[in-house]
Order: sequence, then C-alpha cells, then structure tokens
Amino acid sequence: MAERRYTKTHEWVTVDGKHATIGITDFAQSQLGDVVFLELPSVGRKLGERETFGVIESVKAASDLYSPVAGRISAVNDKLSGKPELVNSDPYGDGWILKLELAGDPPSDLLDEAAYKKVTEAAAG
Amino acid sequence: MTEPLSFELSRPAVDPPRLPEADVDGPGPADVLPHDMLRDRPPGLPRLSEPEIMRHYSRLASLNYSISENFYPLGSCTMKYNPVLNEQAAALPGFAGLHPYQDEETVQGALELMWRLERALCAVVGVERATLQPAAGAHGEWTALRMIAAFHHSREENRTEVLVPDSAHGTNPASAALSGFHVVEVKSGPDGRISLADLESKLSPRTAALMLTNPNTLGLFEREILDIAEMVHATGALLYYDGANLNAFMGICRPGDMGFDAVHMNLHKTFTTPHGGGGPGAGPVGVKADLVPFLPTPTVERTNGHLELDYKHPQSIGRVRSFYGNFGMLVRAYTYILAMGGDGLSQASQDAVLSANYLRKLVEGDLEMPHAGPCMHEFVASAHHLTTEHGVRALDVAKALLDRHFYAPTVYFPLVVPEAIMVEPTETESKETLDSFARAIKEIAAEARTDPQSLHAEPKTLPVGRLDEVAAARKINAYLVGQSEDPVLRWKAPGEGAPKEAC
Amino acid sequence: MPYLVHSPEDRAAMLETIGVESMDDLLVDIPQSLRLESLQLPNGLSELETMAQVQALADRNRVYPDRLTFRGGGVYRRFIPAAVSAVTSKPEFYTAYTPYQAEASQGTLQAIFEYQTLIAELTSLDVSNASLYDGATAVAEAAMMAYVHTGRNEVLVSGYVHPEYVQVLRVFGEGRGIKVRKGDQPNKKTAAVIFQQPDFLGLLVDAPALTRAAHDAGALAIACVDPISLAILASPGEYGADIAVGEGQQLGLSPSFGGPHVGFIACRRELVRKLPGRLVGTAHDAQGRRGFVLALAAREQHIRREKATSNICTNHSLCALAAAVYLTYMGPYGLRQVAEVSFKRAHHLAARLAALPGWELAFPERQFVNEFPVRVPKAPSVVKKLARKGILGGLEVNRWFRELKGVVTFTCTEVNDPSAIDELVAALGS
Repeated sequence: MAERRYTKTHEWVTVDGKHATIGITDFAQSQLGDVVFLELPSVGRKLGERETFGVIESVKAASDLYSPVAGRISAVNDKLSGKPELVNSDPYGDGWILKLELAGDPPSDLLDEAAYKKVTEAAAG
Repeated sequence: MTEPLSFELSRPAVDPPRLPEADVDGPGPADVLPHDMLRDRPPGLPRLSEPEIMRHYSRLASLNYSISENFYPLGSCTMKYNPVLNEQAAALPGFAGLHPYQDEETVQGALELMWRLERALCAVVGVERATLQPAAGAHGEWTALRMIAAFHHSREENRTEVLVPDSAHGTNPASAALSGFHVVEVKSGPDGRISLADLESKLSPRTAALMLTNPNTLGLFEREILDIAEMVHATGALLYYDGANLNAFMGICRPGDMGFDAVHMNLHKTFTTPHGGGGPGAGPVGVKADLVPFLPTPTVERTNGHLELDYKHPQSIGRVRSFYGNFGMLVRAYTYILAMGGDGLSQASQDAVLSANYLRKLVEGDLEMPHAGPCMHEFVASAHHLTTEHGVRALDVAKALLDRHFYAPTVYFPLVVPEAIMVEPTETESKETLDSFARAIKEIAAEARTDPQSLHAEPKTLPVGRLDEVAAARKINAYLVGQSEDPVLRWKAPGEGAPKEAC
Repeated sequence: MPYLVHSPEDRAAMLETIGVESMDDLLVDIPQSLRLESLQLPNGLSELETMAQVQALADRNRVYPDRLTFRGGGVYRRFIPAAVSAVTSKPEFYTAYTPYQAEASQGTLQAIFEYQTLIAELTSLDVSNASLYDGATAVAEAAMMAYVHTGRNEVLVSGYVHPEYVQVLRVFGEGRGIKVRKGDQPNKKTAAVIFQQPDFLGLLVDAPALTRAAHDAGALAIACVDPISLAILASPGEYGADIAVGEGQQLGLSPSFGGPHVGFIACRRELVRKLPGRLVGTAHDAQGRRGFVLALAAREQHIRREKATSNICTNHSLCALAAAVYLTYMGPYGLRQVAEVSFKRAHHLAARLAALPGWELAFPERQFVNEFPVRVPKAPSVVKKLARKGILGGLEVNRWFRELKGVVTFTCTEVNDPSAIDELVAALGS
C-alpha cells in the first residue's frame, strides 16, 4: 500500500501509480461526529486540485469535501450512501470516498503523517 | 407519557362535522369539470370528533415547556413575558377582520397604527424610516441587504462582499449569500469583540456592508463601535445592525447614533410578540435617509391626518412579502409600546442588563466565563472545564436543566466559544427565579464532579428521553436516496407503501 | 411599570451582589457620547388607557361582515371552527419558542409533524416542511429550489399568478441572479414553470399540460395551489408537479389585514434536501419511545451559514398549528363539503351576475372553483355602491393587469349564505 498523505483541511490521499484514493482523516471524522450523509459526485467528473466535490454531514455539522489532487473520478464509494457510518468506523479503509485517475503529479505540499499530526494537535488546542 | 398522532387516533366511522349545505341551484364540481381535473381519492386527513381533537391538542400542549410556565433563558432569543393584553388587541374585530384589499378609506385605523409603530421603532433605534413588511428577523436582514445592494447599484458601484464577524448568527451569512454577496468572515479578538486589525484587513472597495450585532452574540458591547463605523464608512460601505440584541439598550443608546445605516428589529424578541413555537414573528427594518428611497413598497404615508399606502418609489427594491407584513404582530408590538412607553422600555433594558449581570455573578463559580464582564443583557459561559475534567458537555447541562423545570439556555452558540452556554434571563424574570436557576446550575456542576454518568442520562422526567437524532437522520437519508420506504418526515399508515411516485 | 418584576429593593440587592454601585457601572462599555437621557416617546399607560387607544384605532376601521364579503384575491373569508383558536390560544403553544430542546418541546414538534403529514396528504407529495411565511415567499423559495436543483437561472411564470407573489419572486430572484419571465414556453434555460391553480382570477389552468411542458424541457413544475380546492381538484402529486406551494390563510386564519398567515411547501422525495426551512421527523429514545426532532438541520443557516439552502430561521409554527387543527376538524369529507358548497354558491352567483344588464363573465370558456372574473360596466362606481350598502364587493384587477380593465373578481365561500347572495344581487340591481 502506498504511503498516506494528508491536507491541512483533513483529507487523506494514497497514490498508486496513476491512481489515487481519497477520504477524510480519523481526526476529521471525530470532529464531525456521527456521519449521517455524504453528497458525492458521479464517476467521470474531472476535479481540479483543491476543488470542492461534495459535502459531508453529521447531525450538528456539515463540511465541504476538497480533492487533494487533480484528476478524473474513476470510482465513488457506493457503500457510503447506505452506510455513512463507515467514515467513522474505518476512515482509512472501507470509509474511503473517491478514487481518481490522476492528472499530472500530486502536489508536493501534501503532509506526511508527522506533519499532519502537528496540524491536528494545533487544531485540538 | 406520549400522545398518539391524530392519524393514529383517527376512526373511519366518525361523522364529518356538520356544515352548511349549498342551498342554492348550482352545479357541483363533477357536473362541470372534466374528469381529469378532479381529485382521484380524498386526501388522507384524519377523522376525529371535536371532543377527541380538543383532548389531543390539550395533551400535546402539556408536553411543551413555554414562557407561561417555565423560565426560558434562551440566549439570543429574548424570551420575555408575552403580555396577554397584546393578544386581546390583535383579536379585536376591527383588526382581525380586515381584508388587505379593502379601500384605504376603510382601514385608516390600521394604517395609523402602522404609521405610529414605524415612528416609535424609529425613535427607539434612531433612524429616519422603517419598513414593517418583513415577516421575521432573517427576512428583515435579507431585506436590508437588498436595500444596501440597491443603494450601491444606484451609485454605480460594484461592491460584492459583505463582512460578517465569526461570532454572528448563521442567518447573517445566509442572508448575505442569498442577496448575491460573497461573505467574508471577520475574526473576534481575544476579548470577544471584533478585531479592528482583522476588520481593517478585510475592508476594501469591494465591501458593501459590515453586518454587526451589538451587543455582540457574546453579550458584550462593541466598545469601539464609533471607530468601526468610521472605518466602514470611510471605504464607502454601509453598516448593518442585526437587532437580535436590541433588548440590551433601549433608552440607553441607539444604533442610529452609533453609525448604523440599516437596523433590523425582531418584534418577537424585543417587543414581546409571542414566539408561537417558532413564528409568526415580524422583522421590521429601519434605515437612515440614504436608504429611504430603496424601502419596500408600499410605504405608509400620513398627510394632514390622512393615511395612504404609497407605491410611488421608483428606486424601491420592490415587495418582500404579500400585503403589508404580519399585521397582527404589529398590533401586538404597538400595544406593548403604548403600555410601556419610553420610560418603561428604558427600564426594561436596564433590568435586562441588571438581571444578566446578576445571574452571571451567581454562576461564575460553577461555569467558566471566557470573557471579562460586565455583560449586557446576556452572557456566554462555557462548560469546557466540565468536559475536559468530567466528560460532561454543555448538552448534558442543558438536559439536566430540563429535568429541573427550566428550559435550557442556547448551547453551542456562538461558535467561537467551546461548549458554549448562552444565557439571557430578560427583565421579566424575578430575582427569586434567577436565584433558583443559579442553584440548579450549582447542583448540576456538583453532580458533574461526583456522578457525571447520571447527567448523561438526563432528562429523566420528561415525556421522552434523549432522542437518537443520528439514527433518525440516517433513516431519513436512506429514504431520500431510495434505500428505504419509511419517510420519517411524515406519518404513513402501517402497510401503506410510500406515497405514490410522480411518474 | 407593566410587565417588570424587580422592586427597587431587588435592584439594589442585585447591584450589591454583582459588586457595583449603580447601573452606570454595568454600562461602562458604552461610550458616553452615545448615552441617551431618555427615549423620544410618551411615557407608558395603564392597561385601561392602552386598550382605549388601541380600540380607538380599531374603531377607525370598517369591518365588513363575513357573509357580505365577496372579495378574495388571495385572502378569503371562511368559517373558522371554534376549536382552532381554542388550541392556538393555549399559552403552552403560543409562548413556546422554536423547538430546540426536543424533550421539552414534544407538543410543538408533534403538531408540526402532523401538519407536515396533512400538507403532504393534501398535495399528494412526499414531504412537506414545517411551513413558511406566506404564499408569496413560498413561491420564491420553490423557485430557489428549482434554481439549485437544475443549475438553470430562469423561471417562467405562466398566466395570472398572484401579482404580489410575482413581485416577491422578482426581488428574491434579483438577489440570486435568477431571471423571472412571463410565459409558458420553457426552454433549456428554464429552471421551473410556475403556475397557480386556480389562478389569481380564480380560473383553472391546464396543470397537467403545464407540468408536462416543464418536464419536457428538463425543468421543474411548481404548482401554487389553493388548499381547500384540493378537496375536489386533482392534486399536484396526481398530475406530477415537483413542488406544491400555497397560502394557508384559508385553513383557520383570520384575514387580519394580510397577516400573519402561513405559506406551505411540499415536494417529491428527490428534492427534499433542497427544501428550505424546518423539518420535523420521528426519532426514538434509549427506551424505544417515539418522539419528534428537528431533522436535516445540516441544510440550514445555523450550520451551513452562507451555503445554506435558505436563510429562513424558523417557520410560522402557530399558523401551521391553526391549519393542522382546521384540517383535522374538517377531515376529508368536511373539507370536501366546504369546497363543494363554495363551488356551488360561486357558480350560482356567477350565473346571476352574468345575467345582469351589461355584465358578462370575462372568460366564459374557462372553468373556475369559487372565484371568478366578471366584466362589469363602470366597475369602480359599482364597487363603491356596494360598499355604501355594507357589502365588500369584488376586486378590480386592472390595478395589476392593464388588459383587464373593467374586470372584477368575485369570491363565494360557505360563509356567503343564500340570502347574502340575494342581497348582493339586489344591491347591484338597485
């Protein structure tokens, strides 16, 4: 499995050749609380880097979803429409959100595990 | 104790109510209308006798907390006593029986009331004119922003941004966005007030307005309001006043004098029209001279004692509601203002501030006070320490208060305070009530230290315990994406399929 | 002073507890230059004097009896069962706030849930919200839904939709960059076709055809409907409209010079996430007891802020409660009776008015329910003459529609008894 990278807005991405998988981080799901709904795009749509592609909702909060990388959507996690709680229970596994075919290289400013940890520590204040 | 739904109580054998017959010659619908214009099957309304209906709703009423029975310290909502005289006034046949399209000559009293109410509101907030048309606070906000947009447009200025503090009510950014503006957030400083440095950096020739609540949602007066007004006006932008907290300073100071150009008021907060379980309210907007040409039409004009509805305002933004607003609420507010007078309104605000500071003092040992006082008519405390030390959250405190027969304060707002508990006692609660509320807080804080688990289980004495909103939301979303046939948002007869799909 | 509770001794004791000398010490944050001496308003009055002044204003208005009111135009005289005000005047309902704390607000929440079900049943649509301000803002909110749903920025208003509703729609539209056009030929830019059934003049439109035309162009169909007419007319859900909206004043609310009334809105399942305002749903507690909660709140302004579907904060709960009591009182057959009596009396009146010398139905080929347009010679003087005889006659509509000079709409409901109709006709003949 490729190494997981993170954004300051709490998305994660793994890159395997031209293929990327993205989701939200464990920290993000714990801040949101129980996820009840995700509004997700369709396969085939092109996303730019940092583009908003959907919304994730809990009972008390809602948050936009951003794509950490640019590319064309090759798969959407269909299981989430019936089981949004997968984002809470397994954010890095079954709770993945989109798969993309990368357009170009992933941005160089994605964070590694240690750098992201610092972001979350600051946010948890 | 819960109550079945009217639909569950319904019995097909119940006679319909006795109603007049037509008693004239005339065709019925089936005689003249083509078959496809007629309804296929009667609507699925319940069938109940009047005694059953009255008992059903009486039982429902008994499941509510309300100002009439409970202290309702809901911050930002100004839940003060609703004078019963107001209800009597609004029900007078001379008001309740008026058709909105009657000839002006036959509604002079109604127009006079609107005119006098407008004058009184203008006197309280210090502006030239006001529109009484908006039906609610959020509606008033948006109306004010439409006027501000029209004002800039008339000067051929392209101003696209509205500044909103991070402590603002959610309606502010929503109203701005619906009015076509891009929302730019302004940060609060460590003292809970708007950061002038951040404001400075966000103001630009693109700025159309700054929306401000004063006292702000933390209950703190924006001390530097005159500097803020000067900064905003220097860029050519306007200053909008969110009247949610007007109860803090009637007769003490006026938004108009602070430099606000548009001021919305909530008659259902400051001027005692009842909240009705979530409306109807009324959200008039007062404006300074520069904005008067843009007021919604019609305006009410008075010449030599004669009142008329004036539609001739070429620069008006148009109409924001049908007819003339929530007239019945205007009658109630006017009645209140007459009874209180200038002296009474001033005393009301002073008492509101006194009560808030008194209660704040009583609970400051049990809840955290993130900002220094004095406060105005409300204060924001925090349960953050109870959360970190005992796992007890603001929500737990709220629910524990319900078990002690108090409605809960506003919780988790404003967003800038963690575990916020926002308390607004208002001027119509006695010292004894405030004392007993403070004792309840003390008891709950003690329980948080000794038995936090029991707080998670509250409320225990109400018709239902904490409801599982997460499960409900997931069920609704499953219905909305077609994975379930249980709509959750309405009743459905057992065994009945989902309502017929439109094809 | 009225409604204030602190005695001077209380105030002194409270200041002492706070640890300050005077009120001024609590107001230190307010710049001195802003402080007022007093308000420029008269001092307060006793209850007796207050009511005398208010009564004097009410007395300057002329109230026409229900039975002699033949004017509609969006606000109608209807029989209001005593049960309605008996329920809405319960302080547990009218002095409660929007139900944030569900456990202490089950009465309001359940009443709204019942209201939502009643409106969904009446319109034959999947879901209704907890109510809106009025019919005009309901039309505007529905148009916003269509704009968001379709991504198109034009709405088409077909036929004689209430002119004030269209005016409100235009102001809403301007804010969001939505064009409002008149016509009934939707195209690729059309987000929705909006029609009123029956229309502002009382005439029936071809709702199924308008709905099909909207759908064929990929637009939504928004039906603005009269709730009582739905006891007899095909409902929006039956002819496939996507959103139904309307004014609920007729469901147990007095005219009250135009408000407060209640707007209703219901839609198909696919559109529910775009529905503005409050929604109430069922939920269960740990013991499995059913209760009611505010649902789908993450659409709303207090969470989504500038990205919310609407800025509406609450609803018109108490008016929705009145509507719920009214519809529950009537039941399916009572409502049908009300609609049929109104229908028959209106058709009876129409025939008699059309028989008056020089009078004719303005659109004789069109069907109507209980409001209809008549072409009247010297309309303004006719309406004045009726007023002198204590009758609130029809509404002259050319004030909004220039092409309808001399057209007056008359309304007839169950409150206009046969002898009232005779009085009207006699007054016109005299």
